[in-house]
Amino acid sequence: MRASDLFRFASRSLGGHRLRTALSLVGMAIGVAAVVALTALGEGARRYVVEQFASIGTNLLIVVPGRTETTGIPGLGAAPNDITLQDSEALARQIPEAEKVAPVVVGTESVAHGARRRQAAVIGSTSDFLEVRKLEMARGEFLPSEDLLRGRPVAVLGDRVARELFPGEEPVGQVVRIGGWRMRVIGVLTQKGVQLGADIDDMVVVPVVTAMKLLDRRSLFRIFIQVRATADLERTKAKVIRLFAERHDEEDVTVLTQDAVVATFSQILGALTLAVGAIAAISLTVAGIGIMNVMLVSVSERTREIGLLRAVGVGRRQVLTVFLTEAALLSAAGGLIGLAAGWLAVRILVRIFPALPASPPAWAIAAALGLSLGVGVLFGLLPARRAARLDPVLALASR
Amino acid sequence: MIRLEGISRTYQLGGQPVHALVDIHEEIRTGEHVAIMGPSGSGKSTLLYIIGCMDRPDSGSYWLDGREVGRLGDEELTAVRRDLIGFVFQSFHLVPRLTAAENVELPMVFAAVPRAERRERVARALASVGLADRADHRPDQLSGGERQRVALARAMVMGPRLLLADEPTGNLDTTSGRQILDLLERRNDEGMTLVVVTHDPTVAKRADRVIVLVDGHVVRRLPGSEVAGTADLFAADPHPPAPSPVTGRGGG
Repeated sequence: MRASDLFRFASRSLGGHRLRTALSLVGMAIGVAAVVALTALGEGARRYVVEQFASIGTNLLIVVPGRTETTGIPGLGAAPNDITLQDSEALARQIPEAEKVAPVVVGTESVAHGARRRQAAVIGSTSDFLEVRKLEMARGEFLPSEDLLRGRPVAVLGDRVARELFPGEEPVGQVVRIGGWRMRVIGVLTQKGVQLGADIDDMVVVPVVTAMKLLDRRSLFRIFIQVRATADLERTKAKVIRLFAERHDEEDVTVLTQDAVVATFSQILGALTLAVGAIAAISLTVAGIGIMNVMLVSVSERTREIGLLRAVGVGRRQVLTVFLTEAALLSAAGGLIGLAAGWLAVRILVRIFPALPASPPAWAIAAALGLSLGVGVLFGLLPARRAARLDPVLALASR
Repeated sequence: MIRLEGISRTYQLGGQPVHALVDIHEEIRTGEHVAIMGPSGSGKSTLLYIIGCMDRPDSGSYWLDGREVGRLGDEELTAVRRDLIGFVFQSFHLVPRLTAAENVELPMVFAAVPRAERRERVARALASVGLADRADHRPDQLSGGERQRVALARAMVMGPRLLLADEPTGNLDTTSGRQILDLLERRNDEGMTLVVVTHDPTVAKRADRVIVLVDGHVVRRLPGSEVAGTADLFAADPHPPAPSPVTGRGGG
């Protein structure tokens, strides 16, 4: 029997029972659509996070106080040495690969202009911070590059802070009070929104020494290091750790590469996507049982037809092939419809949440289609074998 | 063409063995027109299905065209049916969703006959039963007689040597029934062996030879021209070929 004849015969018999065929198609379509839509969502979340990291700059090393290793003695290793401005200076001086070094202090303070007042995140850093965090100036200047230890009373405002405190006014050149300190506004950042959980628009950046006095800190929150080239990343990381080991007499800092952080997040979200996809795939099994049901009904309804086929010289194997093909056509058609429906759902989702780069990963599409086909054939096997094993005489005589 | 030697077939029905055929010895020559008669339950359909390679005897041997086919496996029997045998049934057995032409085409589709040749043979087969203009009608748009003619066209389309008909006129009015018998006989005149199962004496009368079965035994053999009513035909043979009491009577 030719393949084209086989497909024609199988599709004609499916077309004979439109409602039944349609219902089992819907079952399979929902399963595939669920896999496509849910994995697209997971993949979207993963890419969103990865893009967030990319937006704060590549080739980044982050020095965090304390070691992530667990030690056996309580108190030891849990209270690491602080990292200081001097450490930061030493880094910049002694490690040539460190192109930009931005020490960071973080706190919350009230920021006021006249009667207007709001809480804002106060970031203490240096001129390098602008490039390290990939920020841009809307107006004025960023922090001047000058002696690290010179704490001038100047501030750069985030977009929202500037608009709230100076409605309809030019903030640059004016004075704000941060905590008890008066500072001159020298610039305003371009609107950026939330980056890595920090709202750039709700931030005030001041020189690091100023922030330490203002917030009463003696140590740094962390140090961002931008490395000249990606190839130097690992070597620089090792140098940084060695430098701190020398200065603190022990290895008491953790240096995160951005890659590692991204990879971790990406891995977690990838696993999540896989898990969600697998759960959705269970519905494919349910759809397969639906197909089995339809095929069993079809076989019992068409018992006389099977008997006739056998009488005119159609072999058992051909009968098996016909019914398997019908099951496979059903599931493949359901799979394609589900793919279209899932794709549509993703488009709608992206329209509602434009920030989410949701699109189903290729593996999920392949897996959903492959699985639907496989499930159809697998669950079609029982009915098809039942059809093939019918006794020709009894099948012909059935009512 | 056909030689049956000691054919027996026993069914299990509700745990009870039913002796459908008991020790049948029979020979049918090529080109012969034979009617198998008997009341319902006499085993005549079982015999037809064994001759048609749809069923296998429990014992005895069956020679078809010089080949012992009674012991063949399912696959080989299927091939024998495909290449040598055409069936016509009482209830037509057309596939309801297919047109007349597609129904006729069906055996060739599964036998992988090229499409162009199929179209030509379908047209010829339908024309030979006078239904060329009904090719695109589905069975529910055809009369009973037309349906049986489509079924006959389907039985003929693979060019069989043996045509088997199981009560071919059972569901038809007299006129359509006669038409079908005429068509069957025309095939027989062309040299095809024809075996018809019937309980209708008017059908049996037209055969060269009639074999009468009662309770699985051949109780009589007579020329078709000698067939009268069924009552005396199915009555116990004064000299039964097998020692089995025969109680069956009449029609059914």
